[in-house]
Amino acid sequence: MLTLQINGEQKQFPPDIDVAGLVTTMALAGKRIAIELNGEIVPKSCHATTRLRNGDKLEVVVAVGGG
Amino acid sequence: MTARENLPDTFTVAGSNYRSRLIVGTGKYRDFAETRAAIEASNSEIITVAIRRVNIGQNPNEPNLLEILPPTKFTILPNTAGCYNAQEAVRTLRLARELLDGHALVKLEVLSDDATLFPNMPETIIAAKELVADGFQVMVYCSDDPIQAKMLEEIGCVAVMPLASLIGSGMGILNPWNLQIIIDRANVPVLVDAGIGTASDAAIAMELGCDGVLMNTAIAKAANPVLMASAMKKAVEAGREAFLAGRMPKKIYQASPSSPTGGLIGAK
Repeated sequence: MLTLQINGEQKQFPPDIDVAGLVTTMALAGKRIAIELNGEIVPKSCHATTRLRNGDKLEVVVAVGGG
Repeated sequence: MTARENLPDTFTVAGSNYRSRLIVGTGKYRDFAETRAAIEASNSEIITVAIRRVNIGQNPNEPNLLEILPPTKFTILPNTAGCYNAQEAVRTLRLARELLDGHALVKLEVLSDDATLFPNMPETIIAAKELVADGFQVMVYCSDDPIQAKMLEEIGCVAVMPLASLIGSGMGILNPWNLQIIIDRANVPVLVDAGIGTASDAAIAMELGCDGVLMNTAIAKAANPVLMASAMKKAVEAGREAFLAGRMPKKIYQASPSSPTGGLIGAK
């Protein structure tokens, strides 16, 4: 298993998961989100080709109400 | 044809034209239905949003804000609310740009402390430089200091947005004279951002010659947000028209009745 830190929480995922797989697992496929991996943005076009490694830190963000 | 129809009075920022000079936030509403109803009543074309972590484990079928208020219908202005230094603000807006498919128009705000939410101007200036260099079109929340507003313009911000009073305070326009100096000297649009409490505050901002007004709490925390949104729309329009019309000069007294002074009954 792979341990990833997503939005500050430790989560377990199967090995060989990529960012696109993570998005699907989190039920966020097709949603307007943005992802940062270890401080670097992963563009949507690279989700399917960006492999995740044990200990990676991700931020997954969305637009919410604000002024 | 009325004079108004003769005068296409649009507001231009970063090369795009807008009919509405009212920009509204999307925070603090009871629910999405109220958010949408208020924003529709405001007639706003530009709306601000915040960027936050996805709530892991939330119901995936729950709608998200941009499904309710789609970027195809509104110009989405992501903000950096909650950022207290330049680095956090720049990071947030890079995520926003990715989230919005490369959209470059953003609202920069770097705050100083939780209690006042005053802008942190040194950090705002650092962030503005970095964002402009990275291709963002920056509308910047700032203090009402005319010198720093000018500095932000010179950095390349596409609009400066001085506060009328503190965020969420509803205290209205506390220093119209500073705003006037900023407006007189600016070569980019000036929008009053923060502090508007009610419709007359918005009208006064527009009468000063502001290009627009940005507000959130004044609408969202009114007892009837949808009705207040409609009031704000009218106030911004009325204030703008009054500014364009040019007000009469103020004078303490100099008797000049509105009715004819001749033809009074009983005259000789």
